Amino acid sequence: MRNASRGGRAPQELWLGLVVLGMVVVLTALRPNFLSVQNILEMMNATAFNGILVSGLLIVLIAGGIDISFAAVASVAQYAALTVANATGAGWGEIVAIAGGIGLGLGLLNGVLVSTLGIASIIVTIATQSVIYGILLTVTRGQDIFTLPAWFGDGVDLFVTTDAKGNVYAISLQIWALVLAFASAWFLLNRTHFGRQVFALGGNPEAARRVGFGTTRLNLLVYGYMGLVAGLASLVQAQYTQSVSPTALVGRELEVVAAAVLGGASLDGGHGSVLGAILGLALVVIMKNGLALLGVSSYWTDFFTGLVIVAAVAGMAARARRRWHDSPGLA
Amino acid sequence: MMFLEMRGVSKRFGGVQALSNLDFDLARGEIHCLVGGNGSGKSTMIKIISGVQDPDPGARITVEGREHARLTPVESSALGVQVIYQDLSLFPNLTVAENIAIAQHRGLTGLVKRKRMREVAEAAMRRIGVALDLDERVSHLSIANRQLVAICRAIAADAKLVIMDEPTASLTRHEVDALLALTLELKRRDISVLFVSHRFDEVLEIAERVTVIRDGVKLGTYDAKDMTEQRLAVLMSGQSFTYETRDRAVARERPVLAVEGLCKAGEYQDVGFALYPGEILGLTGLLGAGRTELALSLFGMNAPDAGTIRIDGEAVTFRSNRDAIARGIAYVPEDRLSLSLVLEQSIGANVTVTVLDTLKDRLGLLRRRREAGLIRDWIRDLAIKIGTPDDPVRTLSGGNQQRVVIAKWLATKPRVLILDSPTVGVDLHGKDGIYALVKELAAQGLAVIMISDEIPEVLYHCDRILVMREGRLTGEVMAHHVAEPDLRRMVHA
Amino acid sequence: MPDILLRTVGRTNLRLLALLAVLCLAVAPLVGDRLFAPAGLRSMAYQLPELGLLSLAMMVTLLSGGLDLSIIATANLAALAAAAVLKAAPDGAGGALLLAYEAGALVAGLAAAALVGLLNGTLIGYLRVSPILATLGTMTLVKGLAIGLTRGSVVSDFPPAILFLGSGSVIGVPTPLLLFGLVALALGILLTRTPFGVVLTLMGSNQQAVRFSGIDTRAALLRIYVLTSLVAAIAGFVMMARFNSANAAYGESYLLVTILACVLGGISPTGGFGRVGGLVLALVVLQLISTACVLLDFSQFLTLAVWGGILLSVSLIAAVRDQLRPLLAGLRAPVLRPAPPQV
Repeated sequence: MRNASRGGRAPQELWLGLVVLGMVVVLTALRPNFLSVQNILEMMNATAFNGILVSGLLIVLIAGGIDISFAAVASVAQYAALTVANATGAGWGEIVAIAGGIGLGLGLLNGVLVSTLGIASIIVTIATQSVIYGILLTVTRGQDIFTLPAWFGDGVDLFVTTDAKGNVYAISLQIWALVLAFASAWFLLNRTHFGRQVFALGGNPEAARRVGFGTTRLNLLVYGYMGLVAGLASLVQAQYTQSVSPTALVGRELEVVAAAVLGGASLDGGHGSVLGAILGLALVVIMKNGLALLGVSSYWTDFFTGLVIVAAVAGMAARARRRWHDSPGLA
Repeated sequence: MMFLEMRGVSKRFGGVQALSNLDFDLARGEIHCLVGGNGSGKSTMIKIISGVQDPDPGARITVEGREHARLTPVESSALGVQVIYQDLSLFPNLTVAENIAIAQHRGLTGLVKRKRMREVAEAAMRRIGVALDLDERVSHLSIANRQLVAICRAIAADAKLVIMDEPTASLTRHEVDALLALTLELKRRDISVLFVSHRFDEVLEIAERVTVIRDGVKLGTYDAKDMTEQRLAVLMSGQSFTYETRDRAVARERPVLAVEGLCKAGEYQDVGFALYPGEILGLTGLLGAGRTELALSLFGMNAPDAGTIRIDGEAVTFRSNRDAIARGIAYVPEDRLSLSLVLEQSIGANVTVTVLDTLKDRLGLLRRRREAGLIRDWIRDLAIKIGTPDDPVRTLSGGNQQRVVIAKWLATKPRVLILDSPTVGVDLHGKDGIYALVKELAAQGLAVIMISDEIPEVLYHCDRILVMREGRLTGEVMAHHVAEPDLRRMVHA
Repeated sequence: MPDILLRTVGRTNLRLLALLAVLCLAVAPLVGDRLFAPAGLRSMAYQLPELGLLSLAMMVTLLSGGLDLSIIATANLAALAAAAVLKAAPDGAGGALLLAYEAGALVAGLAAAALVGLLNGTLIGYLRVSPILATLGTMTLVKGLAIGLTRGSVVSDFPPAILFLGSGSVIGVPTPLLLFGLVALALGILLTRTPFGVVLTLMGSNQQAVRFSGIDTRAALLRIYVLTSLVAAIAGFVMMARFNSANAAYGESYLLVTILACVLGGISPTGGFGRVGGLVLALVVLQLISTACVLLDFSQFLTLAVWGGILLSVSLIAAVRDQLRPLLAGLRAPVLRPAPPQV
């Protein structure tokens, strides 16, 4: 046990990286346009919403909690922000403030409840998800917002270039928001005291308390950040699909959890990395994209996604079992 | 000069007087031992010193000449008091450097200064002459090295008093020696050390003074040189338990259990012995000598690589512990709280869990009345003190919990009972009761293997003693033919 | 007397009964006797069993200290498997032949569900995957399989005998309610009166200790997840019969609600504690709220919010009480010092 791989971090990421790399090689060999700039940008666009949420959920998981309510939070943030934009002619700054503010507020509410109720975070956030979503549907009567401001459709593209054939390439709002989300999660987790306290809290909550980290405050920040990220992600998603529907996002929570877990984040807290989360996300996206390129009917996408998740969790468990092997009676 | 002086410290919880009017002092650079049984109030005392709990009004706590009515955790830490709890309170997922310099992470704002953290950690290790890989994760370290990390963390926090709660509980003798050397190093640097223990401990070897408390009352502070195990036991329990070695005729004709050439790579080698009905066989050795691994093999939970196990002369292979139980083997694990008992569930369910299948009727339903009768009988036979059988097991004292475990195994009508450190976490009264019970069971013809690293436990309560070292049986003696120092030497050799 | 009441009925159940009484009293003036009018009762009796059966399935795994996120997917797969057999019946088949196909359909559905249960049980029991991760994977896998095989389409129009499961009645009792009652009763007996049930509950609190007691915990886990899947399959049949159609994605919004219902019903989310009776009471409470919302012309979506709100309030009350307890104890007259534990 002691001479097992040092650092303990390499295995999951390395293993995932190899699988992703293998998929890229095979897909490129079969379908050369897989690695085209256009396809890569498209994959990133399509996965931006989930990806941004993964970046927030990762922090919650490392802190030893879980959040199921983020999709409901995102739905509320999106709906409120664009309703205000339609009614008052507010611009980007205002809707970012509204969506972010609502997300942060609801996230903090989760944090308060998780810290005070003394029941598992999964149960708390299932309950808040029900409350938030139920109220949203009641208030909106389940109606979509049909017209969105014209400027909202334009997006915020960076580095727009056109190649010889007239194809337009751009770093869209989705892509830079995704990159920003992961960069910020990485920075928070590895370079700030907040992030290291989150690791400490997830690794040994009792010890974190004894060392004098304010664990209640820490929980507030963790869930608040998740809410903030969900609020902002909701705008990215609305801009991408150019639609706002109160029912479109809820039901995708577990997809996001799956991506984070594939990346090696432990549900017991204390473990997880941004690189792993990115690779977990990439695995699912590349597989979906690859199946489409190979002409596999989209009806089978979920099946293969499920297969990948089952194989991955079984593989992870096998490695954990080997680690246990040294302690007799616990194999 | 005194580092810490406590005067008139009392603490009352609801109706329980945890500490009454306690006076205590500790000199700078002194190594002091605080000894008391479970519930004696020693942990309350640590909590008051570390500021986790407030004493009742009227207390005076003087640290380096400054008087306080009470301390907060922050004040206590600022005054240089650092507690190393038994669980060490480390972060298994973080590196050695980060664990040692964890206090650098206080405050939410601000950026991590990794270089500074490494310097702090290195400085702390250098001060007490410890060398550990700074980038290793703590979860990959041995228990002894984790303890070093915890001590380094106290040093990094500028400790003037290090309180260690049961520091030797899970260390090998060699590691204990290293810890004692380290403690002397702390003393040399004028850092006081307070060891807290519930038993006679190796740390008494280097302690200068010993304070004994019982039921929240300080019995006295004694010179460590004058303290003996016997005297300490009398002080702690308020009554003396003296035991004679057993000299009893056991018919050693047909062994119920015989082991030959049993091997398991990396755990134990070439183990052979025989166990006879009515015999209590002690198995002692240091932690990590392979005792528990061997016991698990006999219980079918750790398949050996080679060798034979015979029951009544017939060679058997256990594919799981169900096979072993069917052949009459019962095993009481050392870790009572997580492997023996389902603490949250009822006493009754814990007693019947091993025999549920024998309690069903033709429809497969449990015979409630027979089940209740069975539970009642065992509680009566083993004199287990309970409220009702529906109470959770966690509400019982350590000794009564262990009786519930023994009851659940006796219900399977075993021929061999393996007890792995059966009195860990049991107070002296409870221990006495368990010894009497085991002897009574042996008198009825049960064959017992008692595994323990407490030398007196095997010496005074077993007929014959096997010594295990580094996976091999290195000695066998009859209990009444050996003196305690000799046995100790055999174990440590 | 109160002590006996507490022990036989259970603390949670008493609280739920109180909640139920409060609800009835609060809602009665608003909706009058419509709530308990025959029509209202009838509609409740047909609605409750769907969520009820799924919650029972969830309860089994929660009690054992696990969780099964794949129950809805399993229910749909079972319904689709049954539908496939029914659709394979030759046109105009009747009498004994049709009956054989109908029976075959149910068997096929149960068998499909059992396979999912075996997969879950193998992953969790033998490969030691954590239940939440394993069933997260199989949830996607099973749903994906159902979508792939049906190409996302709806299979509908079933023979009357199947529809009877969803909308018929036996001497005035709606068949789904009857099914729910039977399953609840059977599970109640299984969980409290058989060795398997006792082991399941003990495992919910401490699996290792049960394993060290000579119980084959891996096999037990396998049986637990198969049992859950079979209960889910029955829920699938009821859904299929009520809608007269089957699809890979029916009832997905129920998934988290089943956990909510279980927790409200006193099933400990960490395992080991809970009673079928508590869950049934919780389901009745939830159904009453739902019906009251409809009668009061509130959005049906508000129901969801109220359900979540009740769970949070109940937990909040418990948390506040726990906070106050030491305070209250301190206020009481000095208590005699309890005798130290005897050995």
